[in-house]
Amino acid sequence: MSILFALAGNQNSGKTTLFNRLTGSNQHVGNFPGVTVEKKEGRLLLKKDAFVVDLPGIYSLSPYTAEEVVTRDFIVKEHPDAIINIVDATNIERNLYLSLQLMELEIPMVIALNMMDEVRASGNSIKVKELSDALGVPIVPISAGKNEGIHELVDVAIKIASEKQKPKRQDFCTGEIHKAIHAIAHIIEDHAIAAGYPVRFASTKMVEGDEPMQKELKLHDNEIRLIAHITKEMEEQLHTDREAALADMRYQFIEEVCAKCVVKKGESLEQLRSEKMDRILTHKYFGIPIFLGIMLLIFILTFSVIGAPLQSLFEQGIDAATGWFSDWLTGLNVNPALHSLLIDGVCTGVGSVLSFLPLIVLLFFFLSILEDSGYMARVAFVMDKLLRKIGLSGRSFVPMLIGFGCSVPAIMATRTLSSDRDRKMTILLTPFMSCSAKLPIYGMITAAFFERQAGIVMFSIYVLGILVAVLSGLLLKKTVFKGNPVPFVMELPAYRFPAAKSVLIHMWEKGKDFIRKAFTIIFLSTIVIWFLQSFGWNFQMVEDSADSILASIGNLLAPLFIPLGFSDWKISTALITGFTAKESVVSTLTILTGATGDASLYSALQSLFTPLSALSFLAFTILYMPCVAAFAASKRELGSLKGALLTAAYQTGAAYVVALLIYQIGRLFVG
Amino acid sequence: MTLDQLTPKKSATITAVGGVGALRRRLLDMGLTPGTKVTVRKVAPMGDPIELFLRGYVLTIRKEDASNIEIHGVMDV
Repeated sequence: MSILFALAGNQNSGKTTLFNRLTGSNQHVGNFPGVTVEKKEGRLLLKKDAFVVDLPGIYSLSPYTAEEVVTRDFIVKEHPDAIINIVDATNIERNLYLSLQLMELEIPMVIALNMMDEVRASGNSIKVKELSDALGVPIVPISAGKNEGIHELVDVAIKIASEKQKPKRQDFCTGEIHKAIHAIAHIIEDHAIAAGYPVRFASTKMVEGDEPMQKELKLHDNEIRLIAHITKEMEEQLHTDREAALADMRYQFIEEVCAKCVVKKGESLEQLRSEKMDRILTHKYFGIPIFLGIMLLIFILTFSVIGAPLQSLFEQGIDAATGWFSDWLTGLNVNPALHSLLIDGVCTGVGSVLSFLPLIVLLFFFLSILEDSGYMARVAFVMDKLLRKIGLSGRSFVPMLIGFGCSVPAIMATRTLSSDRDRKMTILLTPFMSCSAKLPIYGMITAAFFERQAGIVMFSIYVLGILVAVLSGLLLKKTVFKGNPVPFVMELPAYRFPAAKSVLIHMWEKGKDFIRKAFTIIFLSTIVIWFLQSFGWNFQMVEDSADSILASIGNLLAPLFIPLGFSDWKISTALITGFTAKESVVSTLTILTGATGDASLYSALQSLFTPLSALSFLAFTILYMPCVAAFAASKRELGSLKGALLTAAYQTGAAYVVALLIYQIGRLFVG
Repeated sequence: MTLDQLTPKKSATITAVGGVGALRRRLLDMGLTPGTKVTVRKVAPMGDPIELFLRGYVLTIRKEDASNIEIHGVMDV
């Protein structure tokens, strides 16, 4: 029979590193049902019929965040055979706080005491045997980063799972709290069993005033009154409230245990080193410039120094393969329609998107290093004030910044945001950061209309995007994302050298994710666009794309753009093709206007636009829904097609309104 | 006085944690319980949030949220 382990622990406790050690690259990433909380599952390297689920990094089992609720639901409803609770030994007090709550779930549990190498190197020590006796659960000292103790951990975990060895202790409380928990346990016992909850856990949660638990237990009114009475009495006796009383009780117990079992001469070497590094990295004056410098360096490396040659190499490879494939098809004498489908549709479409792969993998190489080293938390610390006004936290800053390069990795990077609300909002706002694929459009329009004001126009484009993002943030904060954001109470972990394995696995995951998208949703939509562009209503291939289905759809939509100042069907058609990739807007306009070179394209554009409507068109292209790759990424990260469609609709709506305002207000001045 | 008024390089002991709901619970869960000694390490470049040291680890919270935490016994570190 196979064994299922649940891996639980605080953020920054080395949980992902341990998970990677346990499973290798043999893992599957998905979401927990109904929420966009990431669920990673893997098969144990050391025991083939054992599986481990990586639960989200959490600090408590309160009912307030999706991550905490998912964790307790998973453990209570999926009945894992054992919990592997990873605890950061250098930060043991706060880590054990979660352990005490996990122990109440009455599931066999082992504590993986991580980073013991750092504890030893700092001249500190932990009496593991005494700690294990005091807590009543087995403890295995490990170092996930150095791959020490993993075998022992797996052995113990399998042993307790097969022997169903539950934690020996649950009673950490004394006095009034003890009385209250036990009194309530009697009242709710039958309800807890019926609802599938361990009595002790349910009882503690009732003392804490956990509303979801109260609902799940289906208590009668008189029972609820009785419980209220018991907790009220406890609060009066203790001169504090229920939540503080329990938090305090747990921490007091931990303090007592640690006083006996942890020999700490001082702060660990890592902490002392981190403090020194932070003197520079979060310095009052240097902190922000250093961060911007690091991001600039990452951008230069990703998008030019390393990325650009890699990307062009990749493109050449794809082109060569396409060319070879095309010749082969010609040799086989295949039907021209099929030839066009495979070459112009599939190869060109998917190829142009795939050429972004090196950029994405490279970007995630740097992002993993920022995240795993602990620097990302500092970025959030430094930039928080700026984003708070629009209802986000400093954590969203990096994804938004990446948006200036490419929305796809930017949206994928929101995975690390700990709050569901922040994640959704960031996904919605990030595409307003003008991505690099739109540059050819800006280049074309400025060259045709604003040659002398190119600098100011380019600058305004970026400012406009940011401005719309800020205004949208303010609007959304007051409407869709009303209510309290998840509190910004964040640990600043000690700086650590990122584990190569984790960085590589992360790059691999993101690359795989992108390739999967390229061959599903992107593949499909390029075929659809190709079909619409190459066929007429009679389902015959057209010679002139002006006769295509796409052109007639463009024609149909064209009147919508009259208020924005550009009503020609060629423009609306180009905007539709921009869905496959933004640079297609330029190529489509070139084809449809029959331009033979830059000069003829510019003069053709001058007949399609006035300078004012060109501005309005620019505004629209900056803001309207992102390309299909970004759309697919947002569908994946939002966990719903509906969410992604709503997001795209909002972006296109915002684009329309802004372009409308620019054109109509502009007309008052230009006449 | 409250924790947001504590200047860097000073420490104090928490006497009470105010506020409600998710925020208050989060503060308690992270170990900001009455009787705990907290040190303010620094203030972020833009003046907010603040960096705290407690229970052997480093935590950052916003000043607005820190104003819910009552402290006493201010000392220099």
